[in-house]
Amino acid sequence: MTPVLRARALGKMYKQRWALTGCTLDIPAGHVTGLVGPNGAGKSTLLNLAAGMLTPTSGTIEVCGGRPGSGPAQLAKVGFVAQDTPTYPGLTVADHLQLGARLNPGWDDALARHRIKRLALDPARPAGKLSGGQRAQLALTLGIAKRPELLMLDEPVAALDPLARREFLQDLMDAVAEYGLSVVLSSHLIADLERVCDHLIVLVGSKVQVAGEVEDLLAVHHRLSGPRRDLSTLPANQHVISASHTDRQTTLLVRTDDPILDPAWSVGRLSLEDLVLAYLSRPAEPGHDHRPAREVVR
Amino acid sequence: MIEFHLDDRSGVSPYLQLVQQVRRALRLGLLREGDRLPTVRDVVAQVTINPNTVLKAYRELEHAGLVTARPGAGTFVTATLADATLTAAYGPLRQDLRRWLAKARLAGLADEDIEALFMTTFQSATQEDIA
Repeated sequence: MTPVLRARALGKMYKQRWALTGCTLDIPAGHVTGLVGPNGAGKSTLLNLAAGMLTPTSGTIEVCGGRPGSGPAQLAKVGFVAQDTPTYPGLTVADHLQLGARLNPGWDDALARHRIKRLALDPARPAGKLSGGQRAQLALTLGIAKRPELLMLDEPVAALDPLARREFLQDLMDAVAEYGLSVVLSSHLIADLERVCDHLIVLVGSKVQVAGEVEDLLAVHHRLSGPRRDLSTLPANQHVISASHTDRQTTLLVRTDDPILDPAWSVGRLSLEDLVLAYLSRPAEPGHDHRPAREVVR
Repeated sequence: MIEFHLDDRSGVSPYLQLVQQVRRALRLGLLREGDRLPTVRDVVAQVTINPNTVLKAYRELEHAGLVTARPGAGTFVTATLADATLTAAYGPLRQDLRRWLAKARLAGLADEDIEALFMTTFQSATQEDIA
């Protein structure tokens, strides 16, 4: 399947600082992809590059088969809800829909009106007077009614309370079921994404740490605990992601495609959150670090 | 109709949780031949889950010969897992297990000891089967 987003050695430099470097990625179409990483990892930069709001300093990026921001046809294919789900505070809900209709050739007015009605948003109310949850839903309505091939959302639920968060994600998933659009959404909290993503990218310090289908990732990562053990005695096919030792016990998080046969280990499952946290806290591998030294230019 | 729920802390992927819930319902006789499974959109609304995950679970169930998708009508149960011979074996096995539990308690084992002993034995027996 052709990827909906393809980046090759992609980099972006702001003034003297690399915000994203050496980013090589394929995001498959038809998936809901979670982009996870700590604040400052380069998530927003990557999404803004994909939306055409920024131009790359190095490397290439292709979205839905075209160069981001290269023309009206390209813009129509991609929806982007930027961080904090921005709206125009002085414009009413109805104004926003009118703006959406004027600016987007593929605008689905019936869908937009139906959603606003179901959400019980007052069309005459200025967006600045809406609650955070309502504003996010208005931004999502604009993103869906545009009928893009790919909808990207930057930290869409970070500012929402748990109920608004659930409702927002529910509506987003309903749109995926109804229109089959591809979605990329970022969050610094994996818990927000756990249920809705079937594809995951963990980005740390501008580098992709792990990427793949959630199902596959969960199947190949295991937590092993047992008597204290020297890591050099492990089979070659077990890659240690994290290790901790007490004087008698060793606990490991390993990645392997093969079953764990050693009876000394008790083998446990990982939640997606455990898996992501292990990668987030992993020190950079010596010899595998292609990042230009960010620290040097500071 | 079956109602799905998801446990975020189980470490079992959402897709597998759906599959297991259908299989369990079939085994317990809660779902029978001819029953319709909820539509993908219903499940999405019920548990806030990715529709692809629901489709994947349904495809797996279809592949296992347990359900059939009829286009435009829905996904229907076509087989049962409630096995009368298995159910018949439950009674005597449970009785054995009760006797064993009484013996373990008599030997001074606490609930946690019993659980740990069972799990390690179960795991090593399973691993011996694999190896």
